[in-house]
Amino acid sequence: MSVTRVDKDPNALTMTITAAFDAPVGAVWQMWENPRRLERWWGPPTYPATVVDHDLIPGGRVTYFMTGPEGDRYSGWWLVIAVDAPHRLEFEDGFADDDGNPDPDMPVTMTRVVLTEQANGGTLMAIASTFPSTEAMEQIIAMGAEEGMTLALDQIDELLRDEGGVG
Amino acid sequence: MAAQEQVDLLFHALADATRRDIVMRTMQGEHSISSLARSYAMSFAAVQKHVALLERAELVIKRRQGREQLVRGNVEAIRDVHALLDQFEAVWRSRIDRFGEILATDWNEGGTT
Repeated sequence: MSVTRVDKDPNALTMTITAAFDAPVGAVWQMWENPRRLERWWGPPTYPATVVDHDLIPGGRVTYFMTGPEGDRYSGWWLVIAVDAPHRLEFEDGFADDDGNPDPDMPVTMTRVVLTEQANGGTLMAIASTFPSTEAMEQIIAMGAEEGMTLALDQIDELLRDEGGVG
Repeated sequence: MAAQEQVDLLFHALADATRRDIVMRTMQGEHSISSLARSYAMSFAAVQKHVALLERAELVIKRRQGREQLVRGNVEAIRDVHALLDQFEAVWRSRIDRFGEILATDWNEGGTT
């Protein structure tokens, strides 16, 4: 059990999730810094991620795609804002088209990762995600399809979109 | 109601094709239970059961007008920010579960670099 707390601030559209690990900070950082490790946890088993570019420097890009059971692909990107290895990583996280180019119609989340050494030799990891708007949050969560909560939300999203189109 | 319980209810409610269809229809406009029963060739009681489940999951809102029970979709529920954050939390929780498992395995194997 590694998640120690979750803080949600609906007004700021921010969620912060904190987890504790027995491993030292360097090993936890590797989970982000090493693309082969990153792709093992970023996507769920049914939609494994493949990291293409991985340039963890300010202004650098990380690009990846996830492949579904039907061979369907979902591409995404990060734009690295700040890096301070092995303690801090900030990036914008968005969706991409089939060619891996950022999709301007899709929302962007701001993600801030902070790793802190613990007295017991372990590491605390805090991940804060901030959405630009409620609509953006809906869209992002609908894209969270892979986590198995999709069917429902996709259909409802589609419905709401259709309604919006008529009105 | 606990968030997890609410999410469970929501997915249980939407796991059935008829119930999903009821949500779709009632999001577009108010329907009486008897008119829904006609569209599905189902008994009034059967549709009423489906509607009750949807109501508990807060996906629809029911009101009474004379003898009729009218049902409409609860768009606000779907748009509820708290609910959305709960969904997002689930995404990150599963990521962190995988993260922790990989880390534990790799680190115990001697902290590969």
